[in-house]
Amino acid sequence: MIVQSMVRNAILLGIFAVLGTGMVALTHENTKSRIAENQRQALLANLHELVPPNTYNNDIIGDHITVTDQDMLGTADPVPVYRARKNGSPVAAVLTPVAPDGYNGDIKLMVAISYDGTILGVRVLAHNETPGLGDAIDISKTPWVTGFNGRSLNNPKPDKWHVKRDGGVFDQFTGATITPRAVVKAVHKCLQYYMSNRDTLFSKGEHEGKSTA
Amino acid sequence: MTPPSYNSIIRDGLWNNNPALVQILGLCPLLAVTATVVNGFALGVATAVVLVCSNVTVSLIRGFVKPEVRIPVFVMVIASFVTAIELAMNAYFHALYNILGIFIPLIVTNCNIIARAEAFASKNTVSRSMVDGLATGIGFTLVLMALGAMREVIGRGTLLTQANLMFGESAKWMTVTVFDHYNGYLLAILPPGAFLGLGFLIALKNVIDDRLKRRVLAQQAADARPAGAV
Repeated sequence: MIVQSMVRNAILLGIFAVLGTGMVALTHENTKSRIAENQRQALLANLHELVPPNTYNNDIIGDHITVTDQDMLGTADPVPVYRARKNGSPVAAVLTPVAPDGYNGDIKLMVAISYDGTILGVRVLAHNETPGLGDAIDISKTPWVTGFNGRSLNNPKPDKWHVKRDGGVFDQFTGATITPRAVVKAVHKCLQYYMSNRDTLFSKGEHEGKSTA
Repeated sequence: MTPPSYNSIIRDGLWNNNPALVQILGLCPLLAVTATVVNGFALGVATAVVLVCSNVTVSLIRGFVKPEVRIPVFVMVIASFVTAIELAMNAYFHALYNILGIFIPLIVTNCNIIARAEAFASKNTVSRSMVDGLATGIGFTLVLMALGAMREVIGRGTLLTQANLMFGESAKWMTVTVFDHYNGYLLAILPPGAFLGLGFLIALKNVIDDRLKRRVLAQQAADARPAGAV
């Protein structure tokens, strides 16, 4: 009797597991292409804020490689580099370095640098900085990050690549110096990395990673 | 036991037994996502949809699921619906999905849903369970929106920012700037503001209930006096 009801319950649970999984699988099947397209569009929208779509004509998301350099890019994980080209010649590269020394953990950045080494723009993709203080690095709060536009390794001079408190040219925020300091440092390092690896960045693995965009 | 009337089911879900204000259930998402009205509304609707689906399913199967295995079955039903809704939100409200993040899958752990399944749907008809899920879900959504509105007005000086994420680009006009050049009040946006706000809402509900009760008592006393005088 007990065995019978155990078997009955086990079968019942099994049926529900199959039904539930089936429903999830069906939903997944019907939404996955749309979700992939959403993620692609969101990434493309981010890229287009920094690299205007009329300046290049390749598939910028498909044309990407991944590089790893914990010291210069702030993370031990592979970092994607998106490459914009016009008729085959390099226009700009978009890197996504991490500022590991934010006030509250990693700050994920997106840095677009034109082929000649000028910064086209910087955006903060994800951060956990204090709302109202450190979150001024977010373009939706203040235009602070646009202060990087047009900068390069010699503009300002290397010893001025700091926040004002440290004798540099970049503004800090009232009550929050650590956050902008971390971002300035990460952008500067990313720029140095780009300039010393520029040619390999553009020539390496032309068709690598096409499927993982 | 006579089954509860639809009227009382609706009144319980929306007011008398409101999940957030009276049962104080599902506080984790309630406090975490209510920094704006739109966030609160989105999570409330997602929760309400799961509530209706799980209540109907649990009510449908109440006849042949043995009591010993009912909890695992309920959990599986709820988890399947939440996962399906998470995928659908990712597909159709991508930006909103990114904002609500972890709190959509966490609907699984909202004790409201399993509480309604166990306390109501497993004992009542399908149509009553559906109404109960809907009323409870709407009651929960309204509290999320009220709390979101309080925190958004005090914290940012706006109402319905990012309405476009939920209702499409044409809904941008819905955003209301209550105070111009408002610098924001950080406390309201941070978690303590959520706790304080919910406390005020619960207090307000208790004050209203108290007033209503006193009015009823006064009415009864007034009705009783002439009879006693004769």
